[in-house]
Amino acid sequence: MSNVNNLASSRVTNWFKFSSPSTFYPLAGKMIPWFWALSIIFGVAGLWISFFVAPVDAVQGQGYRIIFIHVPVSWMSMFIYLVMAAWAGLGLVFNTRLSAMMAQALAPIGAWMAFLSLWTGAFWGKPMWGAWWVWDARLTSELILLFLYLGFIALQASIDNARRADKAGAILALVGVVNVPIIYFSVKWWNTLHQGASVSLTKAPAMAQTMLWGMLLMALCLWMYSIAVGLMRVRAIILEREAHTDWVKQLNEVKY
Amino acid sequence: MWNSPAEFFAMGGYALYVWCSFGVCALVFLIEPLAVRARHKAIIRRLQREAMAEQFDQKGGK
Repeated sequence: MSNVNNLASSRVTNWFKFSSPSTFYPLAGKMIPWFWALSIIFGVAGLWISFFVAPVDAVQGQGYRIIFIHVPVSWMSMFIYLVMAAWAGLGLVFNTRLSAMMAQALAPIGAWMAFLSLWTGAFWGKPMWGAWWVWDARLTSELILLFLYLGFIALQASIDNARRADKAGAILALVGVVNVPIIYFSVKWWNTLHQGASVSLTKAPAMAQTMLWGMLLMALCLWMYSIAVGLMRVRAIILEREAHTDWVKQLNEVKY
Repeated sequence: MWNSPAEFFAMGGYALYVWCSFGVCALVFLIEPLAVRARHKAIIRRLQREAMAEQFDQKGGK
């Protein structure tokens, strides 16, 4: 099956070569250590700035340092959703097996990021607002994002036929995309307790340069982490779903 | 900025909030890759057992 796919796609364009699980599996294995290394480098630099370089906040004291993890996990929760939906959509359009597996591999990471966004937000909200949780537009739409991730995972797990599960999941993921701009613009559209965007593309950032660097480095760390874990998980998914194929049986780590 | 390790860990009175935020994140970022690695190892072991069984069958059949 995979050989036939290889032959067919190599004539069309090289891009589709890597959409074959048999070519992607070893490639992903080679890339994982690099993304881990990058993630650790960015993480150490980001944490250093977060705790030792960035000055104390005039209003929130040392408590504001939660921003250095809260903002990056929140960004990643939205960004990963868009990437996941894009992969799921590609799988729906081109019917490539690997795209759907990528979407499946990303969903748990996104769900964890959304959970951590709410968790760190609660631990920031309690000392600053006096409440762990409020039914504010930003917080509520982020909670919906977490439920979208969990719904995607549960829907795929509940359908036995893998290809049908991919299709159903893709439709759910694509419909859910509408929630991402709602989260992003919620602080503008509604009168929220949550503060406005800390970093804006259109105007100069409303914060010290060092704080911006800390957040960017932490976001890069999480970005690399997400790729590393996503590749690790997609490798496991590939083996699980291609277990019956010859190329899997020929793998060195599987041969007896 | 920090005069002593104790001052660092106290986080100006926000220790609970800062360390619970960063701590749980660190925990998740540690556990998730370990869980994924375990999943990968489990499928490899299953495939190895299947390969073993297949070879055993072939040898036994002759």
